[in-house]
Parts: sequence; C-alpha cells; structure tokens
Amino acid sequence: MNLNRDKITTLKEAIETYVEDGSHMSIGGFTVNRNPMAAVNEIIRQGRKNLHCYAHSNGTGVDELIGANCISRLEIAYGGNGKAAPTCIRFKLAIQRGQILFEDYSNYHMSLRFHAGAMGVPFIATRSGLGTDILKKWGFSKEIRVKDSRLPDKKIEVVANPFKDWGGASNVVLVPAINPDVTIIHVQKADKYGTCRIEGLNFADIDQVKASKQVIVTCEEIVDTDELREKPEYNQIPFINVSAVVHVPHGAYPSACHNYYDYDPKYLNQLSKFAKDDTLYQEYQKKFIYGVKDHQELLDLVGKEQLEIISADKKTGYATGLDRR
Amino acid sequence: MIDYTMKELMTIMAAREIQDGDIVFCGTGISMVAAMAAKYINAPNSIIFFETGAIDSKLEEIPLAVADPRVMYGAASNSGLLDAFATMQNRNTGDHVVGILGAAQVDKFGNLNSTCIGDYFQPKTRFSGSGGACDVASFVSRCLIFMQHEKRKFPAKIDYLTSPGYLDGPGARERAGLGPGGPTAVITNLGVMNFDSESKEMYLAFYYPGISPQTILNNMDFQVDISRAREAEPPTQRELTILRERVDPHKLVLQ
Repeated sequence: MNLNRDKITTLKEAIETYVEDGSHMSIGGFTVNRNPMAAVNEIIRQGRKNLHCYAHSNGTGVDELIGANCISRLEIAYGGNGKAAPTCIRFKLAIQRGQILFEDYSNYHMSLRFHAGAMGVPFIATRSGLGTDILKKWGFSKEIRVKDSRLPDKKIEVVANPFKDWGGASNVVLVPAINPDVTIIHVQKADKYGTCRIEGLNFADIDQVKASKQVIVTCEEIVDTDELREKPEYNQIPFINVSAVVHVPHGAYPSACHNYYDYDPKYLNQLSKFAKDDTLYQEYQKKFIYGVKDHQELLDLVGKEQLEIISADKKTGYATGLDRR
Repeated sequence: MIDYTMKELMTIMAAREIQDGDIVFCGTGISMVAAMAAKYINAPNSIIFFETGAIDSKLEEIPLAVADPRVMYGAASNSGLLDAFATMQNRNTGDHVVGILGAAQVDKFGNLNSTCIGDYFQPKTRFSGSGGACDVASFVSRCLIFMQHEKRKFPAKIDYLTSPGYLDGPGARERAGLGPGGPTAVITNLGVMNFDSESKEMYLAFYYPGISPQTILNNMDFQVDISRAREAEPPTQRELTILRERVDPHKLVLQ
C-alpha cells in the first residue's frame, strides 16, 4: 500500500530502489506506443540481470532489454513492433540462439493473467487457445516452477466446465494470475502522489499496475492534484497503487505517446537495421544507451528538429502526414 | 485491361468477403488495408476495431500497428485489451465479428502457425507469436486468412499450432470446447480457398486471372479439391481507385 506521500524521485533512484537482479517485472504500453523507454534504458545502464519479464505485446522496450541481456526468462504473447520489425529482432535472435527461456501465451491470456493478479484471484477461465500448442508447450519446466515461489506449478490448465454447458462451453482454460515484483508504465499526466491520467488506449496498463507489488510511473507532465481531481472519472490509476513518480518528458520515445508525440519511424527503422547485426547493435547501444547519462541526453542526440517532426497534431493526437516509410 | 498488382487483388478479394454491418477485427498490414477498402467500397456500415481496444476508429491515415496512435483518433471508444476481446465473445456483438489474420503456415483445416519454424524450443526461425490471433481464431464465427502461396507455407503438418482452425476435422472445435466458428477463406497471391461445410477441408474456390488451378496445387504441400474453382473477377476501376487514392495513397502497405 502506498499512502499519500510525495513520491517524486529521479529515474536513477527509482530503478535502483525497485528493480533488482532477478526481479519479476512488466512494462506498460503496446508495440509502438507508450513503452517506458527512458526507464528501460536506465535499467540497461544499471546493468540489471536475470529479469523475469511478463509481456503481452510490448515492442521496443522488451526487445531492448533482451538485446542488453537483462532478461533471462520471458513470458510473452507477441514479439513484434509494427512495420519496422514485424518480429522483434533481438527477441528473434535470442530465441534462435537459445539465450533465454521463453514461454508463449496469447494477448488475452496475458491480459487476463494481469487482471487476475489485480483482482487477487488465483486464476481466470477463458476458452481461448483450446486445442492449440500454446496449452501444450511449456517453456519453464516443472522443476523451475516448483523452485520459484513466484511461479505457479503449472503453465495453464484445461478443466471441464464445472457448470456443465452453462455459457455454451464444455471445457475452459484456466490461466494463472501474475503478480510482478515491479511494473513500470509511462503516462501523459500524473500528480506527485501517483494518481495517473492515461490519454488514448490504456492497453493492459491498469491491470499490470494493480497486479504489481511496486510501480514506477514516468510521465510527460506532473500536474496539480486539484487538476486531476476536478475530473476523477478521467483518471485510471489512483495513488494507492503507485510507489514512485518520475517526470520524464518524451519518456516513451521512440515509441508514441498519444496527444504528445508520434512514434519515430526514422529511429525505429535505423534500430532495426542495427539490431540485425551484433557489431552494429553494440555500436548502437554504446552510442544511444550506454553513451548517454540520461534520457535527455538521448533526446539531444536525436535532435530538436526530429522531435518537432514527430510532435503530435492537436486535433489528431499524432503527427499528421508524418513520413512513415 | 485494367492494371493491378497481386497485393491489390488480394486486398479486394478480402474486402469483398466483408459484409455491411460486420464488425471487423483487424491486424496490421494488408488486413488493415482490406478492412478499410471494404468500408469505402462495399460495406460502408462495417465497423473496424482493434485488439488494443479502439472501436470504430476514424482512420484518416493508415495505422501501421494496432497500437498506432492513428487507431485512437476519433474512435467511438478507446479502452484496452480486455474490452476488445470481450467484444468478440459478447452475446450481442460477437456474432457480427469477422477476424482477419495472417500466418507463417496454414494446414488443410485452417489451423495457423505464427510462432516458429522447426522445433519450438530451438526454432530455425522464430516469429512474433500469437498476439491476439489465437484469441480471435478461438472466439469469432468467421475468419479470413491472408497467406503467400508457397509450398512451405501450406505444409501437411504445421510446426506449431498457434491459432485454431478446424483442428483435426469435423466436430473437433466443439470437442475441444471452442465455439462453432472457424476460418471461412484463405486469400493468397494465387487464389482464394474456402472450407467444405462437411469435411472442413480447404478447397479452391477462386483462381486469379492468368493462374491455373494446377499452378496453385503445385504451390501446396497438400492437395485440395479444385472441382469447384472459378476464375476470380478482377478488381474494377472503382475498387482500385478507392484503394489507391483513399485507402493507401502513400503505398505504405501496398508497395
């Protein structure tokens, strides 16, 4: 429980405090949108290892963490990132080279699992995936599961509908709850206590936050509590779920943040080119992640002109007419 | 003679499968273009929605990912993943949903693999994985599938079953506990396959102008019935004009 105290801190301190080697973690956003990239890069700079990551369709964020060898175990529904990387490149390579343990789910499975975690129930029933290999192939062995108290002993279970054919289903799939040690999200607005206002789609961020023991929020703007409380129905996350708040303008860059900036096709295309080659990727990391001390320095490298090009149009919330080839 | 590319023809063939009033579940790439084309050409009251939670997006520009901010603009509602997947299962809306999917492999019962080629644990090639595809294929009553027509993509046995088609044949979905839906059409660069209502096996419904049914068989690892096949109607000038000028003017997908 996180009470009504001022939680504003620096990104360096938030990551030092809440992300440890071996932490079970998740990040917010979806493919090219609202990945907490400033936080991801700080985790990489701090050299975290053996993270166990829960992902539905996180794009650049999870791929960069894999590329920097921060993640050793991955539960994932989708490793793709739009046009620039239909399959995330470092994710693909890490699996093909046998460098990480991984386990596949569907997006609905993962969303339900976070939802179960947020609700405090052990599992949720669905019909998704009946008859598929997603139910049959386990990435983590029984031994690994039994040894780690943070993992359920089974990946997934199919049971006969205990209410007979009520709801038209003979069998249902039970997906176990996820309760990460830490979740990091990037939002448009937050107050100093951690109450958040997400604009546009919320993806699965709200459940991810509420399922987590600790939560770091990075935001475009810190706003007055009074301003958020004037229209509480527009807020999705109350301060009681949040551990730390960090003000990071452009904190989702190079992914998008609705009403603030678009994703950067130029950066993402270039990253895809580098990611395919180990040497080029190391040079990229050296320059854009390890070579900068914080997110502002990365933005300085990208340059004001490019940030202006991707800045959101007031009417549409994205960069109208942006060259996205 | 009207000039068109294979990708344009595929898009139009898919758009023609979408009926007015359908709620269209869209992935990325060509499926998004097909859904937009249907809305502007033959199904003005169709509704496009995305697994990320945007329903009836305005789509003034073509989104390049389902989380592209372009899906958020002018939507009826913007929520999250749980709501999107509920729309497919909801008793009032679910029956109207048609899904559009793509995959690396499809078998004769329309089961899809978008996970890996080779062994799951040590794959020769790893792909993105299910995303929402398994969910859509599990829930909706009609599914359109986009494929490139190559032997390796139409194998006798797929390497990993990511998204359920008719599983191993008639009654298999029901036995597994799934709803009665399933794939309705596989749209490729050579033709369109439908599924037999009895055997649930794929058969050739349309071959494109200039493509023989035998060419299509030569590009599949399993055999399909070609006795019902007809030549497809090429795209009309109106269909192409809307596709090129309204849907994807910058050729972001149809390059």
